[in-house]
Amino acid sequence: MKMQKSEVRLMKGNEALAEAAIRAGLDAYFGYPITPQSEILEYFTEQIPKRHGVVLQAESEVASINMVYGAAGAGARVMTSSSSPGMSLMQEGISYIAAAELPCLLVNVVRGGPGLGTIQPSQGDYFQAVKGGGHGDYRLIVLAPSSVQEMCDFVFDAFKLAEKYRNPAMILTDGALGQMMEKVEFPEEGSLPHQVPDWATTGKKGRERNFITSLHMEPEKMEEINLHLQKKYKVIEENEVRFETFEIDDAEIVLVAFGLPARICQKAVELAREKGIKAGLVRPITLFPFPKKILSDLSKKIDHFLVIELNAGQMVEDVMLAANGKCPVHFKGRMGGMIIQPEEVLEEIEKIIQQPILQE
Amino acid sequence: MSQEILLEDMQCVYQKPATLTDDYMHYCPGCGHAVAHKILMEVVQEMGIQEDVIGVAPVGCSVFAYNYMNIDMQEAAHGRASAVATGIKRVLPEKYVFSYQGDGDLAAIGTAETIHTINRGENILMVFINNGIYGMTGGQMAPTSLFGQITSTSPYGRDVEHNGYPLKITELIAHLPGAFYVTRQAVHTPNTVRKFKKALRNAFEFQKLKKGTCFIEVVSNCPSGWKMTPKETLTYIEEKMLPEYPLGDLKVPAQNNI
Ligand SMILES: Cc1ncc(C[n+]2csc(CCOP(=O)(O)OP(=O)(O)O)c2C)c(N)n1
Ligand code: SF4
Ligand SMILES: [Mg+2]
Repeated sequence: MKMQKSEVRLMKGNEALAEAAIRAGLDAYFGYPITPQSEILEYFTEQIPKRHGVVLQAESEVASINMVYGAAGAGARVMTSSSSPGMSLMQEGISYIAAAELPCLLVNVVRGGPGLGTIQPSQGDYFQAVKGGGHGDYRLIVLAPSSVQEMCDFVFDAFKLAEKYRNPAMILTDGALGQMMEKVEFPEEGSLPHQVPDWATTGKKGRERNFITSLHMEPEKMEEINLHLQKKYKVIEENEVRFETFEIDDAEIVLVAFGLPARICQKAVELAREKGIKAGLVRPITLFPFPKKILSDLSKKIDHFLVIELNAGQMVEDVMLAANGKCPVHFKGRMGGMIIQPEEVLEEIEKIIQQPILQE
Repeated sequence: MSQEILLEDMQCVYQKPATLTDDYMHYCPGCGHAVAHKILMEVVQEMGIQEDVIGVAPVGCSVFAYNYMNIDMQEAAHGRASAVATGIKRVLPEKYVFSYQGDGDLAAIGTAETIHTINRGENILMVFINNGIYGMTGGQMAPTSLFGQITSTSPYGRDVEHNGYPLKITELIAHLPGAFYVTRQAVHTPNTVRKFKKALRNAFEFQKLKKGTCFIEVVSNCPSGWKMTPKETLTYIEEKMLPEYPLGDLKVPAQNNI
């Protein structure tokens, strides 16, 4: 097996993510074609036979996610990817994986919905990714890249976090990031060692039997499991929050955006600053755990939040919870595969700051 | 007097295999699942593969199989046991992997996984317990329920015009080139138990060859769901189930293929 050296390449987001996964020591990938993420499956079916690991095109997303369950339970470093309708099909399996505490990587290259929707980019699956998606009280660790470089880097971060917390981690990205080409620097292969965990079902050699399950018939036991999960999510919230800020020190209006719109908003902040408007930006990188504290702190000293999303307003609810009434939270979104432009964001900023502030 | 003395005087001629745990099985008296579990684990013991076998339990009455089988196991979502088994076998190709599923699990909600697992020729064993009913959820109609069979969701009897035909999934999958060994067995008499055991042994031996999926249907019973005494179910199996689901091999590997 030839280990790949670190190198710089010009690549599509989807392919960069797949290449990163191979370099991160992926043992197995199971997936089903769906636009705009099929390049991931295609890249794996081309590369994995020449390098290392298992790749299998499953008969459906339902089968894929349950293959991921089996392989993760057997101790492998494993992933699947899909786009919105396929991700919806996987939700039961994801709930089982979260309940059984199996580490794995899920990638959702989001497209416009609801229904069959469109193959154009969207952020309409924020709720599904961040609030659970499937049945029961569980959380995914959710990372939102905003460049092709991060499509690569977050694969490593996601595997690390998933294995550290025995929890499924998701990369929530969109059709534009999946399809666009940028320069990307890959780390050397083999930098993320992986040991088969002692709880894995690898055959009961020299130990008691291992079993993977999410079934607990006694309510006391099931509550105990829930409390354990909630405690774990709390630890994740305390330790793994990631975000970026831009020009927030003297900001009076702060934009909040994740993924691709964060880049658009950075441009909008620059345009606003040229006009003398004190605008800034917070970009949540982890959507769960959500960067509540920075937003809560800011809410006490700024005049407005403006949340920009490619959906009808989903993350805005979390910003409102963080602001907790301390400052107004505005929202502007585009849907159905439409991408918001910096000028549109600027227009929205101007509209907001021209409004008279109501005095109580 | 004390039992100990009596035991000391006796010779042990039979005991449960060490591959079964000491947990009490939760199955209803007379249920075929219990016999199938025991025979399966006897074969694992006799072949000395306890440390190399990984089982997948379904959602159905046998959901707790992992409590009874003293081997590494995973509990799958309803219908997905063969996909889970695929995931395990693909990353641990040298281990023995089996799935254990009911008729609702394997032949209704999991039909796509069943067909595609076998069509890929996954090198696993699929054990299929056909009791013609949804035991776990309280006796609803299964895809394998017989013509006219009364269940809690076919209270006037299974009607072909309304509910279609009993699904002979075993006949269906036997046609797939990925199926290496397909057989229909039962566990309701000493003789059928012996044959089932032989089939299991064959299937595990075949798995080493990596030539495709082995599939064993077990025509079983469900005294609670059928609303019969265990003894009555034996007659029902003979008179009603076996004419619809005749026992025997549906596909055996050609001698030169072994
Ligand atoms: C997605 C989903 N749908 C429905 C159920 C409810 N359910 C549990 S077991 C079962 C049927 C079990 O019947 P079978 O597979 O024949 O097993 P048996 O109990 O007869 O052995 C159903 C419908 C479930 N657990 N999950
Ligand atoms: S309900 Fe039927 S299948 Fe389930 S344990 Fe009882 S007899 Fe067996
Ligand atoms: Mg059944």
